[in-house]
Amino acid sequence: MSEQLKVPTMAEFMAQGKQPEVLFWVGCAGSFDDRAKKITKAFARILNKANVDFAVLGAEESCTGDPAKRAGNEFLFQMQAVTNIEVLNGYEVKKIVTACPHCFNTLKNEYPSLGGNYEVVHHTQFLKSLLEDGRLTVEGGKFKGKRITFHDPCYLGRANGVYEAPRDLLRKLDVELVEMRKCKAKGLCCGAGGAQMFKEPEPGHKDVNIERTEQALETKPDIIAAGCPFCNTMMTDGVKNKEKEDAIEVMDVAEMIAAAEDL
Amino acid sequence: MQYLPNILFLIALVLGVGFFIKNVRKLTRNINLGRDVDRSDNKPKRWRNMAKIALGQYKMVKRPISGVLHVIVYVGFIIINIEVLEIIIDGLFGTHRIFGFMGEFYDVLIGSFEILAFLVFVTVVIFWLRRNALHIKRFMSSDLIGWPKLDGNLILYFEMVLMGLFLVMNAADYQLQIMGASHYASVDGIVGSFPVSQFIAPVFEGMSEATLIVVERAAWWLHILGILVFLNYLYYSKHLHILLAFPNTYYANLKPQGQFTNTDAVTKEVMLMMDLDADPYAAPPEPEGEPEKFGASDVSDLNWVQLMNAYSCTECGRCTSECPANQTGKILSPRKIMMDTRDRLEEVGKNIDANGGTFQPDGKQLLDDYITKEELWACTTCNACVEACPISIDPLSIIMEMRRYMVMEESAAPSDLNNAMTNIENNGAPWPFNQMDRANWIDEA
Repeated sequence: MSEQLKVPTMAEFMAQGKQPEVLFWVGCAGSFDDRAKKITKAFARILNKANVDFAVLGAEESCTGDPAKRAGNEFLFQMQAVTNIEVLNGYEVKKIVTACPHCFNTLKNEYPSLGGNYEVVHHTQFLKSLLEDGRLTVEGGKFKGKRITFHDPCYLGRANGVYEAPRDLLRKLDVELVEMRKCKAKGLCCGAGGAQMFKEPEPGHKDVNIERTEQALETKPDIIAAGCPFCNTMMTDGVKNKEKEDAIEVMDVAEMIAAAEDL
Repeated sequence: MQYLPNILFLIALVLGVGFFIKNVRKLTRNINLGRDVDRSDNKPKRWRNMAKIALGQYKMVKRPISGVLHVIVYVGFIIINIEVLEIIIDGLFGTHRIFGFMGEFYDVLIGSFEILAFLVFVTVVIFWLRRNALHIKRFMSSDLIGWPKLDGNLILYFEMVLMGLFLVMNAADYQLQIMGASHYASVDGIVGSFPVSQFIAPVFEGMSEATLIVVERAAWWLHILGILVFLNYLYYSKHLHILLAFPNTYYANLKPQGQFTNTDAVTKEVMLMMDLDADPYAAPPEPEGEPEKFGASDVSDLNWVQLMNAYSCTECGRCTSECPANQTGKILSPRKIMMDTRDRLEEVGKNIDANGGTFQPDGKQLLDDYITKEELWACTTCNACVEACPISIDPLSIIMEMRRYMVMEESAAPSDLNNAMTNIENNGAPWPFNQMDRANWIDEA
């Protein structure tokens, strides 16, 4: 929490006639949601620490259109997509990293046929590559031996087959990684996807996030690790519902790495 | 008169196969009511998927108990069907065990058919118990009330009877060979080996040759007629999966599960709106024919792969058992989405048949009359159903097309969602925050 974050915008880079190594796509949750903003800041701190030459779009960023598309509003989605693509292509963006699996999936899979072709990585994949390239080192100290269970975000896991990057990062922290009975390809949704985050659930006997939290609690974790701001909210609410918030933390993988490094 | 059985057999065979071909025609006609979708890419990968998932049962065994049981019935079904070839030749030409000339190899074949038939019989009994006695949740669901439950059980009864008849036929045949009955006995000794039916054969000891021949012929005829009836039962049954699992896995979506299609008709309009060079005063081009409908409200708005998915579904319910909405008591069931799609498609098909080849509007559609909005809005688009399906059916793509219709044609989204979408439209985020504040977090650090 020491020094000021260095987060330049694409416009600033352009003014200097430079290109950043990677664009950090913050996403709506990462920009506006108080809990998710902590993840954004933690990730930015790590990027600063590793001297990654990155930029954000700032006020030029807009919703990718994911919730509109999953809600069925293809029209609004494509309007958002085409507008964003114009901005991204204007800056000649080549590589994008994002801490939101929904933005990740949409930018990676649904933008190309509309004219937006970028290398898109999830922040856990990016952090893993920083470690592999020796640009970042982590010590497990703080989390050593803690029981951690990782909740697979649907749009990172099943949707795009990324299961190992977040787990590899957790292993680097020397944690005791415990899997829920439903994990990876069989992981249970947190209940937020498909625009459910923005509406009341249909009548049922339970909320999905409570069911998923119960599965997480079965593993008796110290921390529930997440890789998605929406999953984070849902699991945090679930833990509160079970009145376990004093014993169990819900943390993004990036927050854990930042915390391990005292960032 | 000597050739009467051969002629009767030929008639039965022609009727059975002919009726089946008629059903296949109807099936392909109905599937082709769907919109076009191009799945002609990446053929090697498609063949590999078919070999692995349909032929190799790769996804079935992800649930080991039902998976292994299913493999037994599947392997039994395929291998025992080699015997049907011999039965057809014997039936047409009045021969007895025409492949018997293969000697020891034939003994091995018949022996393995018998063992497989026995295993299939036992497995089918276990399947029956799972469906009717063991209170397994996915078989107790309200999705299966009525015909689907009966259908599931009828298939099992069919298989029990067919396997039973096959073994009784062999047992009587074996006994007749021992007795040296003409037409049955061979100078080379016993033709075939009977590791299972030899235990049934003692029942026939003491019966006259004439009675035994009646038993053997009755079992033989009922067995082959049963197979022909079963073949024609497929079209009306969830059991159609034994054929359609193959094309279904071949034509399945190869893209990442999270990649939803970008509707082309929408792209055209969006590009037109975003085109800065467009003349704002130009008269809009004359619409050609009816404007394209966004999304799906009925089966003909879905694509043909989605319709084939519906016919391929064997209602196992693995999708529904993995569905987060269903697990938490919402009425959404991906299995029901597929069953409803098939039921409506059948209804449309019958309508076309009854009206000389063209569909007459019947005041019904897939949306609301079969699938309710409440079901569609309960989906989290998590892809668990798609992942769970042993033959790569995609219920989620149907749910999405129907949501598109509700939102873009009917403006019928839940009000909370309308608020979120208005926010996205006005300030670029699903919440009512100012887009200019997007980078405020930087200074809050």
